[in-house]
Parts: sequence; structure tokens; C-alpha cells
Amino acid sequence: MFESWVQRVVFGLNADADIAVKRLACNMTQGEIVAGCLAPHPPHLVYAENPPQNEPVAEGGWEQLRWGYERLRDSLKDVDYDAIVLLSPHWQTYVGTHFLGLPNFKSLSVDPVFPNLFRYHYDLNIDVDLTRKIHDKAAEAGLAVKMMENPDFRVDYGTITTGHMFNPGWDKPLVVVSSNRSRDYYSVEVMQEMMIELGRVTREAILESGKKVVVLASNSLSHRHFTTESEIPEDMSKEHITSHAMHLWDMRMIDYIRSGQAQRILDEMPEFTEQAIAESDGGGLSWLLSTLDTPTYPGILHGYGTIIGTGNAIVEWPERNHKEASQ
Amino acid sequence: MSEGGIVGSFIVPVHPHTVLVPEQNEGWQRLRNAFDEAAQRIKDSNADLLVIYSTTWPSIIGHQIQADPNPEWVMVDHDFHDLGSIPYSFNIDSEFAHAWDEANKKRGLKSRTVNYTGFPIDVGSVVALKLLNPENAIPAVIVSSNVYANRSETTVLAKSCLDVIKATGRKAVAVTAMSLSNRMFTTAIDPKDDKIHSLKDDEWNRKILEFLGEGRLEDVGQLSRTIHKQIRVQKVVAFKPMWWLAGMNENRNNLTGDVLAYEAIHGAGGAVVHLDPTPSGAGDKEYDEDDVEFFSGERNVLDAEGDAPSFDAQLSQPQQTATSSGPALWEPTTGESSVNSDAAPKPVGMYPHARRVGDLLYLSGVGPRQPGTNAIPGGPICDEQGAPLNYDIKAQTKAVVDNITRILEEAGGSIDDVLDVTSFLVDMDRDFAGYNEVWADTLGKVGPTRTTLAIRALPTPIAVEMKVIARAPKEN
Repeated sequence: MFESWVQRVVFGLNADADIAVKRLACNMTQGEIVAGCLAPHPPHLVYAENPPQNEPVAEGGWEQLRWGYERLRDSLKDVDYDAIVLLSPHWQTYVGTHFLGLPNFKSLSVDPVFPNLFRYHYDLNIDVDLTRKIHDKAAEAGLAVKMMENPDFRVDYGTITTGHMFNPGWDKPLVVVSSNRSRDYYSVEVMQEMMIELGRVTREAILESGKKVVVLASNSLSHRHFTTESEIPEDMSKEHITSHAMHLWDMRMIDYIRSGQAQRILDEMPEFTEQAIAESDGGGLSWLLSTLDTPTYPGILHGYGTIIGTGNAIVEWPERNHKEASQ
Repeated sequence: MSEGGIVGSFIVPVHPHTVLVPEQNEGWQRLRNAFDEAAQRIKDSNADLLVIYSTTWPSIIGHQIQADPNPEWVMVDHDFHDLGSIPYSFNIDSEFAHAWDEANKKRGLKSRTVNYTGFPIDVGSVVALKLLNPENAIPAVIVSSNVYANRSETTVLAKSCLDVIKATGRKAVAVTAMSLSNRMFTTAIDPKDDKIHSLKDDEWNRKILEFLGEGRLEDVGQLSRTIHKQIRVQKVVAFKPMWWLAGMNENRNNLTGDVLAYEAIHGAGGAVVHLDPTPSGAGDKEYDEDDVEFFSGERNVLDAEGDAPSFDAQLSQPQQTATSSGPALWEPTTGESSVNSDAAPKPVGMYPHARRVGDLLYLSGVGPRQPGTNAIPGGPICDEQGAPLNYDIKAQTKAVVDNITRILEEAGGSIDDVLDVTSFLVDMDRDFAGYNEVWADTLGKVGPTRTTLAIRALPTPIAVEMKVIARAPKEN
């Protein structure tokens, strides 16, 4: 693969990003995953932040999680990277995995479930080259994939929320990956098998791209909602986990994360997904851990909190500090 | 003003192929032709309202009703974006939407209207309105499908819609935007190769359509959970649009059905079905579920039959049962002379349903909760946050008497054995008359002594409880 890279660069057969070419020319370094993050997307977080892009206005709320995102941003503010690769469970596709395939998307995102909270004007750029590489490698691996090249397409609110909370300046191009709902069609096991393979090729494509990348899985942990909403949505006196069992599951997963036991998360994914009705059903967490080569070093818990009863953790696996994982 | 009602019902598929590329597959074209025929029938019916229940608009906080009088945007499907874009501009009956929202709340439902520029109207609704109402001549209203809603909530949603239709004299057409079997091929296919995903799905679809063709809508509703298990992906429990449509047709089983088309769309079962309210020869039906008038707040989808045991249940103490609200339920204690019944609601503490002492039976306080479901006939007195709700004291009182009867029958006796009753009401001013009326029709005819007390609260959100002493049946 490296040879084909050189051939393409030397013979001008590929117009990949300048950054990648420069890195190859200077020291022939491979790409790098600087960090992988669990970065949940409830629109309540953007609502509570009151950014100019969002129409509704809040009196705050969900501070533990918003401060968690602050800590995550601080952790990466001095880290150089070129692109963000993000998988959102709210772009749900049943016919394989899809990728946003145009350079720019600009529109208004209105959450169909919480339109009272989230009406966000977005303008985001796509790293189409890196997207294409991941897409092609996934296709080679036998996964069903498709590029999304319809300019009228509205980007899902999960992508927008995580994109905003992670990088409110929107100054990094994105690779946006859909959530293939294979869990709904088959089982958690089949979903995980496919997502682990997608993670493997994602990693391979990133390393071959010569780019530095942050990888984000945009999902909650336990995902049982309250079915009522308080009159003031940001009334934190009403916010807590839906049940003790959900709390226990979330803490169990966080314990594995903090103690570097990613393999145990994957091993227990079927039970976790079923019993905690976890949003890992969208495949994001399995894909992330596979993309990070199933880390054995601890993840950093930047924050945990509930949103209408669902459990949400903001976690960073700082792969840049664990070079052995990049080999 | 004459009373309104349903002048027709339609079941239509959700995927965008019939709008964007019907010519690519003969089956898609037949579905499109059926849509066109349905549109003509709707026009001929002189309907003045289209009510769309869409399975591709999920909601979490109750149900949402579109109330933007003129929503406009360009819809692109999440999966089939390569087929093209569908610009839309719809004529929504905002006034009806608000009235339905209010009616929902009166029947105990969580509900809200949405009116936001750029709100993403779902693919199922867009396809239905583009093809059934191509000139926007008939005002429409769209309602979401709540992911946690079970039959009772979905049925009551239909009843509240009918309340408004009747009160406003509307001639409404009810539409469910849905697939039958909804398992699609998980890879791209050549359009000419499209077919129903499996023989099993096809056979189930044909059985459903046989019922619908005979106008047996309620039968399909009663089979909803079974159908879901057999031919639906499991993310959203139950074949719930059939509950809604059955409710919109007052749970009738003698409609006049006409299957206009049945074809595959990327493997899923798509059908255009017309259900005319004109009575047909069928009609016999078997109820195995309650006819619910008021939603009491229990969204127990996650405990649906066949689901794996919940983690809550695994963690709970052995004798307790987790509930979504209120105190934990206990298995009745079993000791010497205890009398317990599976047909009575479970205790909320460590005690038996009744205890025999000599010739007398002492019953623990009996409320109206239903055995098995824990539902409260007539509705709870407050929601999970403690906000007061409207409830029916007569229904609650009748349910208390029924529970007393079950316990006494378990002991080998009957309601005629009741000797003395102490009744507890949480709102004497509001409820005494209704309670007294039911008493007169039931226990009043038996003739026990009675004391009625006003109290501040009971452990569960109920309005009435009775403490009973009865004559014990003779022991053999």
C-alpha cells in the first residue's frame, strides 16, 4: 500500500491533501490517530451552551457533561491534527454503511425528537479524500458501503451536536460515517463483527493517509429515556438516571474504560447493549475501540452525566501518548 | 353540524422509490399506480382532512403533531439518497393539530405540537402526502410514532383524534405510512431484482393482506405483536400502526377492504390498501385485550412479552418486582391461614392478600390496580412527577370490588360473604358520589356495614381502597 501511495504521489495520480504529501516528502511518516473519544450527542448540550448557531435559548443545564467536553477540548487544544472521523447513530442506514461524500454541507438541522431544543445552522467541511480511502478499504474488505453525494442531504443532528461540542469552531474537516443498523437486523454479535471490521479498515486508511486524526464515536451508554419532559427542559432537579440497573451498567463500562480493559467492553457488548438498551447498538463504540486497536491503556473519563435519564460519558483514549498502539 | 367520522382508511408504503423512480421496477410502478388510484378515491370521498400516522417519525416524549400550516423543505432519504431529492410544500391543518393535542392531554397522553421552520418531515409522511394529496387540496395532519408507546397509548391516541373529528364534523381519511415486513436487503441491489426479502416475510404479508382484504382490521391489530416478532426488525416493538388504524375505525372488524397493490421495495413489503367503512360480511372478532379509554402512563414496551428478562429484574430482591413508577411490588407472603390469588394485584409490601381466622376472612386493603399489568382502570390520580390527572372514580371503585371478588373466590367464597367494609378516599368531595353510586350497584346489594374515611394519600396513585372483613367459607 505504501508503494502505491508513492506511485500515486510521484506520478500525480492522486490529489490528496497537501498535508499528507508533505509528511511523506519530509519523513515518510505514516498517519496517526492522536485520540479516540466517546463523544455523546444529546442536543440538550448544545441547547444549554447557547451558541449563536442554535435558535432556542436555555438557562444552562447539564453542566457536568458540558464541563466534561471542556476538559476534552482542553486536553487536545495543543495537539496537532488534520481531521475528525465521526460515526453518528442518528444517521441510520439499513443498506450498509454510508459516508458523507461532498466537500461541504450547509443547512439547518432541526432535531425531529427535540425540535424545541435544537435548530442549528451548520456549515461543515468534509475531508473527501480520507473519506474515500476509508470507503474504498471497507468495500475491499467486503462491507456494503456507499458515498452520500446528494447536495440536498441534511446532516443528522447527532453529527452536528458532537461536532459542535468537540470542536465549536468547526475548523477541522470531518469524515462522517453512518450507523449501519445491523444490530436491528441480526444481533449485537453480527453488528459488532461488522463494526470491528469497519474499525480495522478505518485505522488502516488513517495510518496510510499520512494524516493525524481524532476519531469520535457519538453515542450514549445506557439509553433508556424518560418519556416525559419537565416544563423547563434544563431543570436539573428532574435529571437522573432512569434506573439503578442502568447506573450499574454505566459504571461497569466506565470502570473497564478507566482500567484499560477495552476487550472486556467488546466481550460484554451483547449483554450491555441488550440490558442497558445502550446506544452502542448503533455500533459506534465497537467501531471506535476497533479503530483504536482495542486499547489496553486507560481511557480518560472527562465527564459523566445523564440526559433525560440516559447515561452519557465523555472519554478520551490518548493514543498519541501510547505510541506502541500505533505500530 | 353533522357528526364527523372516518370516510376511509389507507395503508401505504414509506420508501421514496414510488415518488422518485417508479419506472425502474414494474412492482414499484404498480405501487405508484395504486397510490394514484388511492388519491382518486380520496378525492371522490369528499374528505376534508387527511390524518397521517407515520412510522418513520419516531418520538420519545409522547406524541408530536405537525402544526406548521405550510412546512416546506427538500427531503432526502437517509438510505436512498442516490435516488434524488423530494421538494415538498404541504397544507397542514394547524387548528386541528392543536385541537388533537388538547384532546390527547384530556385522555392522559403526553403530546405536543411542532411548528418550526425547517422541521424534517419524515420520508413516510412526505411520500404519503406527495402521492395521496398531490395538489394539497385536502388539509392534512401528521402524528409521530412514539418508540415506547404500547397498545394502550396508541389506541388512546386514535380515540382522542376521533374525539376531535366528531366534535368538528370533519370527514377524515386515516393513513398509516408503514411497511408490512420491513426487512430490507442490506446491500445494494439491481432494481429489476427486487423481491420480498424472504418467503416467510412474503407469506406473512399475504396473510395480513388476506385479513385486510376482508376488512378484518381489528384482527390484524390483535395480531400486532405476533406479526412484529415474525417479520419486523426488532428496534421498535410491535406492529403499532395497526393499533392506531384499528382505533381510528373504532376497532371494527367488518370494514370493506381492497388491496390495491402489494410489492417489494428493496426487500420490504409495501402495500397500498383501502379500507372503506361500509360494513362487509365479516365482523366476528375476538378481543384478548382491554378497550382502553384513558392512558394511565404505563409505557411498558420494554417489558413486552418475549423480551429478555430485564436487568432490573435480575438485580431486584427475589420477592419483589420492579415497576416503572410507584413502590416495588411484592409476592404475597405465604403463611399458615394466608389466602393469596394470582388473579389479584400484587401487594406493595410484605403481607398476604387475606388471612383466615376462625370463621372470618380479613383482607388486606384492596385497591383498583389490575393483576398482571398493574394498570389502574380509570387512570391514575397523578403522573410520575406528581402532577394531578383526571381520573374516573367509578372505574376505580368497580375495579376494587372486582379485586375483592377475586380474592374471596380464591378462598372458596364469593362477594356475598362480605360483612364489613372500611373505605378510604383520597378526595372525598370529588369522589364520594361516584364511589357511592358504584357501591350501590355492587356491595350495596350484598349489605355489609360500611365506614368511609378521607385520607391524604395511598401508596400507589389510586383514589380508593377498601378494607374488608368477610365470612370464611366452611373448611372441609
